[in-house]
Amino acid sequence: MSQDNRRLHWAKTSRLTYWVLALWLLFGYVFPFFARDLDGGSFLGFPLGYYMIVQGSLIVFVLLIVGQNFLQDRIDEECGLSDE
Amino acid sequence: MSDQSQGTRFVDRLGKVYGIYTLGFLGFFALMAIVEQLGASAQLIGILFLLFTIAIYATIGWLSRTMQVDAYYVAGREVPSFYNGMATAADWMSGASFVALAGGIYFGGYPYLGFVIGWTGGYVLVNALMAPYLRKFGCYTVPDFIGTRYGGNLARFCAVVVLVVASFTYVTAQINATGTIASRALAIPFEAGVWFGLLGILLCSMLGGMRGVTWTQVAQYIVLIIAYLVPVIWMSNAQGFGIIPHFTYGDATLRIAELEAQYGLEAAAQAVAGLRVLTTPHFDPQGGLDSWKFVTLAFSMMAGTASLPHILMRYFTTPSVRQARKSVGWSLFFIFLLYFTAPALATLTKLQLLDPNLATAVVGKAIDDVANLEWIRNWTEVGMLSVVDQNGDGIVQLNEFFMRPDIVVLATPEIAGLPYVISGLVAAGGMAAAMSTADGLLLAMANALSHDLYYKIIDPKADTKRRLIVARVLLVGIGALAALIASLQLTGILGAVAWAFCFAASGLFFPLVLGIWWKRANRPGAIAGMIAGFVAGSVYLIHVYNGGAQLWSIDHLRFAIIGMPVSLVAMVVVSLITEAPDAEMQAMVDETRVPTGKPILSETH
Repeated sequence: MSQDNRRLHWAKTSRLTYWVLALWLLFGYVFPFFARDLDGGSFLGFPLGYYMIVQGSLIVFVLLIVGQNFLQDRIDEECGLSDE
Repeated sequence: MSDQSQGTRFVDRLGKVYGIYTLGFLGFFALMAIVEQLGASAQLIGILFLLFTIAIYATIGWLSRTMQVDAYYVAGREVPSFYNGMATAADWMSGASFVALAGGIYFGGYPYLGFVIGWTGGYVLVNALMAPYLRKFGCYTVPDFIGTRYGGNLARFCAVVVLVVASFTYVTAQINATGTIASRALAIPFEAGVWFGLLGILLCSMLGGMRGVTWTQVAQYIVLIIAYLVPVIWMSNAQGFGIIPHFTYGDATLRIAELEAQYGLEAAAQAVAGLRVLTTPHFDPQGGLDSWKFVTLAFSMMAGTASLPHILMRYFTTPSVRQARKSVGWSLFFIFLLYFTAPALATLTKLQLLDPNLATAVVGKAIDDVANLEWIRNWTEVGMLSVVDQNGDGIVQLNEFFMRPDIVVLATPEIAGLPYVISGLVAAGGMAAAMSTADGLLLAMANALSHDLYYKIIDPKADTKRRLIVARVLLVGIGALAALIASLQLTGILGAVAWAFCFAASGLFFPLVLGIWWKRANRPGAIAGMIAGFVAGSVYLIHVYNGGAQLWSIDHLRFAIIGMPVSLVAMVVVSLITEAPDAEMQAMVDETRVPTGKPILSETH
């Protein structure tokens, strides 16, 4: 397990984390903040802004975690640093 | 499940054990429905529901008894991700989530929905920033991480203080909730209900520590989620809102907006103490200040989620780093099941009360008819509901229908005319939610005090037996103190819950995150961050709570917005003006960041 390998692993891990946090910011804050403007649209018969807050963002949060873990597992394996 | 080989055998049979348990619970529910048809009183069904479920939790607690340190503190690190997800969900969803969330949405409108986003989105932070790394670290408690990463007893001690203040604020609300439910179902005085609730809580946690709490929390999750979903789906079918209402209540929200415009959202002519009329629109974000309040609340709750020790310590119990991450995903999925149901429940209940086209309507009907409805009479008797014809026109107006927000969940089965067995189920669910959270919190406090304060700071030579006895004595002592304070009824349930999140976020968020993500963070910086953030947040809370002027419209529910920046600045500045951590500590951080290899702290420490 070389130092380079670890450095690469952490660089990839950090980059993935920043992406996840960016999406988290978008669905957790930006969309709810502009709920009034989103309400013009509609989804499944809901006003869009309302839908995002009561369901849409929550579904995205679950998918974000699953997605991050899938990619993180791949990073760990590529770098030979998986613990399973 | 006791200490030797049986332990592993139990873990291998989890699917079967909990499958049978779930079927058994559904069977019990069916049995109660039959007993109700045979003419048993509502009272008797409520008592049976409560005693049956608590007896099961207590049995699991007894079977999980242990005298091993790692079993007591981290459930032997053998909890698979799926079950850890359920246990975390039960740990997480408090009596307040179960009982008060839907009512909050009913009355609070857009600004309140910040709780829904905040209490789910926090798990993205837990997964991205904390859980896998803390699992790799191999700590028993959250202060254990702070104390080892930064070194020294002072850092450890500060973390213990923040942990205890945050958790204690939270736990009194939970014990209060168990007392309320027990006293109503068993028809005993509130004070007696509180002590009864505490007894149930201690039966789960005292003998088995984290192991006992883990396996009872899984059982409690199953009860609470069934108890939340069954009434909503049943009500939806009975009232013709569709088989699964979650994706089809869009029309209901639009109809409510129409009705609100028709009735007008006006304050009551004469207030009724402790009860509220609907004055906030169901969903009408104004932008600007409204949106600011939403995001500040959501942020405080999310950062609090990622700093609350009773949640973080659940991820110490998985067999591997990968399993820890996976179990965060499961946790949020199981939490999501309740959180995306609560808005549906609030919306459909509101529609049933407001829409004159529906048989269940109350608003817009003649006052004499409404006052004679059985559920209205029941809740009016206990002072949680009131219908007064204040303008004397003989019709119930929207601002003449008074209700306590937290009865929305409890009263829904009655509003929709469901059998009483559903109400018994809901009481058992609320009890499970409050008990499981109280267990996690009490254990987090007792473990921090016994492991970090007693063993690491006061008496490092104590043997295993002594440590585990001290841990249990502390557990009972803290529980008794919390019950005593709860029985005085000093705090409203939800206020105290939001405070716990803000305390944890103000004091612990940055020392935890930067401990992993910033190698330059050092001991003086962490200590400064904990103290400055915690003190700034607390001072602001006291200031605002006593009627002081608000800064940037930050009220007492979101004081983490004040505490956290102070914590961050203090930690970064003090770290930079003091010496960088030594090579050994930097290597420790590197080691924390990779999933492979030995944990930083040995198996038993």
